[in-house]
Amino acid sequence: MKQDFQFEMIPAAETGEAVLRLIGTLSVNTVTQVHENLGDLKPCDRLVVDMAKVVRLDTAGAWALSDLERRLTGSGGTMEMRNLSAESAQLLESVRRAMPEKEGAPPDRKDFAALLERIGQTVVAGARFLLELTGYLGLFFARLGRVMRHPSEFRLTALVAHAEDVGLRAVPIVALMAFLIGVVLAFQGSAQLRQFGAEVFVVDLIAISILRELGILLTAIIVAGRTASAFTAAIGSMKMREEIDAMRTLGLDPATVLFLPRILALLVMLPILGLIADVMGLFGGALMAWIDLGISPSMFRTRLVEGTDVSHVFVGLVKAPVFALIIGVVGCHAGMQVKGDAESLGRMTSNAVVTAIFAVIVADAMFSIFFAQIGL
Amino acid sequence: MMDSGPRETVIRVRSLKNQFGAHVVHENLDLDVYRGEILGVVGGSGTGKSVLLRSITGLQKPKAGSIEVFGVNVLSEEESARESLEERWGVMFQDGALFSSLTVRENVEVPMRSVPGLAPAIRRDLADLKISMVGLPYSAGDKYPAELSGGMRKRAGLARALALDPEIVFLDEPTAGLDPIGAAAFDTLIRNLSRSLELTVFLVTHDLDTLYAICDRIAVLAEKKVLVTGSLEDMQKVEHPWVREYFHGPRARAASETQASRVATGEE
Repeated sequence: MKQDFQFEMIPAAETGEAVLRLIGTLSVNTVTQVHENLGDLKPCDRLVVDMAKVVRLDTAGAWALSDLERRLTGSGGTMEMRNLSAESAQLLESVRRAMPEKEGAPPDRKDFAALLERIGQTVVAGARFLLELTGYLGLFFARLGRVMRHPSEFRLTALVAHAEDVGLRAVPIVALMAFLIGVVLAFQGSAQLRQFGAEVFVVDLIAISILRELGILLTAIIVAGRTASAFTAAIGSMKMREEIDAMRTLGLDPATVLFLPRILALLVMLPILGLIADVMGLFGGALMAWIDLGISPSMFRTRLVEGTDVSHVFVGLVKAPVFALIIGVVGCHAGMQVKGDAESLGRMTSNAVVTAIFAVIVADAMFSIFFAQIGL
Repeated sequence: MMDSGPRETVIRVRSLKNQFGAHVVHENLDLDVYRGEILGVVGGSGTGKSVLLRSITGLQKPKAGSIEVFGVNVLSEEESARESLEERWGVMFQDGALFSSLTVRENVEVPMRSVPGLAPAIRRDLADLKISMVGLPYSAGDKYPAELSGGMRKRAGLARALALDPEIVFLDEPTAGLDPIGAAAFDTLIRNLSRSLELTVFLVTHDLDTLYAICDRIAVLAEKKVLVTGSLEDMQKVEHPWVREYFHGPRARAASETQASRVATGEE
């Protein structure tokens, strides 16, 4: 199909009417050209548009003609179509009737007050977010108390399923991560300590850093990435499909049915994962100390038992339930904030991960200060 | 328009077979769609109406059979042939399937972006025109799909399907979930657009009112194939139990009466 457009303009003669002869295709492919050419026309009182040689007219072409007509009538002229086929006339008529009236959109304000307003809104939204998270935490404890009084409402199957999902399935990645961290610590530590001839202290270095901080913190970060996003996606897609509303109308409480088993599963599994991470971290460290420094496993064990207080394990693992609560509550809360569209699901999922990891690290910092203050 | 000699076949489906696992959806399915007609595809739930639509538009690869659109084999042609084909048809999905990160206007502009040399300002104006043609207010252009009602999303989906003045539009249950007034308005809209733009319409529907109001021809899907095609009058004579029940049931009678009274009052 030839996509060509030409036109001839025969200016107003004594009859007082100008004739515009259009030739070729008036379609979406030529509309830019058509619109430019027709826009250059000088306004005249009576314009006759001859369509005899138009091969093809589509909505875009009809739009250009309607636009021309609108401009002419706007400046007090008239426009008349000639040699128009029946189909084209019908098309032109539907387009003419549908020509949109432009409404100006309210302009964006860009002054200082608008900036202040945006900052204020962000601050309020942040405060409200914290308040809502606290609300969800309270809701979790309230439902936990309720379930303790009415154990029949508790869904053990769901708890076990979620425990498998957040706990058992996370074991390989957590174990591997902790093992590698142990290896890295031993390697880096030995390189530094060798300068002072204090190689044997690498055992203390590995034990304290892994048991106190890294084992549980890195586990929590991995679980936050894995599980907070999974919670948000699962609850969010249920929210999108109105499943949560359906639950409410059936007399099921979403907090009991959805949040409780998920957060409880995390609460149970995160300390176990933390313990696995501790063991694997020590194992990795011991292996590297043996290879790199020649500290035999039995020597490593003796040094570990003598030099490292069991309170380090306690300090590490006591954080696990708090991290679990943070991850679970953030994930469930974000899931409930999903709106009707898929885009908000994606946004809330990534928000949940970022918030959970950030909150875990903040909580860890506060724990450090706390333990330093009480001298543990 | 319909009676002028042998009609041009724009879609030709021959011995199509679709299968999901052990479940055979279509077997030996034949179907012809002629230029300029509005074909209504009906069938019970699970008879594969949407699967047929997806097969013709190349979204679902069939197990066997051939599908030709404008004489181009959808299944075997090369990329370039398929691309030019895709410009000649538009698809409206059940819930509009609008891109949720774009406004309605940007959604309608998406297919227009492939047109070389189309100025952005004109593209924008054309999108506004399409939005207005499907009966949406001007202000809807700036909204995101999530802010629209179901009926408005369907209209916006139709506007996007019509963006490049395609020759065929595929509509998947266009009136499902609309209120009767909205559905009737949508029927009128489709009929008017199909007349003025010379569209061929492939319409999957459950809505008897739509069938009575706008379809030139009806294809019934049953027993894994197109059981019968023909006008509404032909359907009344078919003896197959499902077809009989469908076109003689209380709902069908009500729909035909509505249509009869509409014709009588000269609304047609």
